[in-house]
Amino acid sequence: MSYDKRIDGRDFDELREMDASVGVIPRADGSAFFRMGGTSAYAAVYGPRQTYPKFLQNPAKGVLRCHYSMMPFSGAGDRVRPGPSRRAKEISMVTTNALLPVIDLKAFPNAIVDVFISLPQTDAGSRCAGICAAALALADAGIPMTDMVGAVAVGRVDDKIVMDLCYDEEAYKDGPVADIPVAMTHRTKEITLLQMDGEISKDMLAEALEKIKGAMDKIHEKQVSALKGKFEKVKAEEKPAKI
Amino acid sequence: MSEIKVKDKNIVVPGEELAEGMDFIPSGAAFRENEKIYANRIGLVQLEGRVVKVIPLAGKYNPERNDMVIGKVVDILMSGWRVDLLSSYDAVLNIRDAFDRYIKKGEDLTKFLQIGDWISAKITNVTSQKLVDLTTKGHNLGKLQPGRIMKISPYKVPRVIGKKGSMMKMIQRATDCKITVGQNGVIWISGHPEMEILAYDTIKKIDEEAHTSGLTERIKQMLEKETGKKLEDEGDQI
Repeated sequence: MSYDKRIDGRDFDELREMDASVGVIPRADGSAFFRMGGTSAYAAVYGPRQTYPKFLQNPAKGVLRCHYSMMPFSGAGDRVRPGPSRRAKEISMVTTNALLPVIDLKAFPNAIVDVFISLPQTDAGSRCAGICAAALALADAGIPMTDMVGAVAVGRVDDKIVMDLCYDEEAYKDGPVADIPVAMTHRTKEITLLQMDGEISKDMLAEALEKIKGAMDKIHEKQVSALKGKFEKVKAEEKPAKI
Repeated sequence: MSEIKVKDKNIVVPGEELAEGMDFIPSGAAFRENEKIYANRIGLVQLEGRVVKVIPLAGKYNPERNDMVIGKVVDILMSGWRVDLLSSYDAVLNIRDAFDRYIKKGEDLTKFLQIGDWISAKITNVTSQKLVDLTTKGHNLGKLQPGRIMKISPYKVPRVIGKKGSMMKMIQRATDCKITVGQNGVIWISGHPEMEILAYDTIKKIDEEAHTSGLTERIKQMLEKETGKKLEDEGDQI
């Protein structure tokens, strides 16, 4: 049996509908919202600021600390217990590692940059949406970055390579499934996150990782228009109001 | 063959390519990698001959020597005060940089500055590890009198001050308020309560629209409308 048509009717390499905006949390130093289909993520950046607990301090350069959390009502129906679970801690760690290669904190010795990611609604791909939002929020906070980072899942459902799996595809029963969240820098196309759940052949994996580059460009486009949109919005608003 | 990839006054994002080739020099929030120049922060491009400069549009205040800043006293130390500058790092005001008169060892420092007081100060030194020293000796420095404190982005401060202080002079003339602008984006306003609010709103507007053109003219019209005063053009205003 083969997987001829995707459950939600998308093309095999089509991403879910995206939404992105920055500056959504005025109190934070930088913030962003990123939505990928049914998965929404907010990210807030505070800092660089003083490091607590003190033992995390690094006198050579600043520290990045990410915190991932799903809101209690964000799942498919069961309440998600708030607080750091094993899974949340792991995702916080891989998110930090996914962003670290592009973040340049040499100018901030002993300081820390905190990134808080919260997901009000999830439908697979939450760590990817979180990373997309976090990269936007860091750029919005004016943290020095050598590049932008995007993230999306690629995978296989039965005999097909599919982009950006939704939850129903992850839980597909009639054949083998692999779900591979990938984060990639934009310019250099370096992989900063690569995890896998399921099974896939070597050839299929290579093909999947090649295909994902096109998807990353689409995500990057969305991120850039969100960042630039924040400043162009002010420009557009003032025009009709002739004083 | 060298080539510029962006236009003057473009808004750029981290990692965006600005120029190719060795004929150009990166400056501000721009860096070179191999043959190409990229931006490393969200900012505004400024092209000056061979220099490709990115002026950051976001980020915390970066303390620099000789900057005039406004800060809040947050702690009292053995021989001075710790001051919050709304930066990534706190600053220290030492007793001997604060007052001319001799202060005995063990004297109660709250007699001079209390926790929660706002001060205007000048940065005398910043070390590589970002230890910041302040002084309050000098014209217009020291504890701030009752007034209004507002915070704006430190990157908008040049716009609030204007060319040769033109914007600031205009607001002060229109509202009759005393205004002190710290390089860290903290502003102290003192005057008639209603005028303080007008000055506050005006500066807020400049903060929001700092990167747009024709701002001085719009601010002038806004102030004239609100106060009913006629503001004369100054010679150095552009």
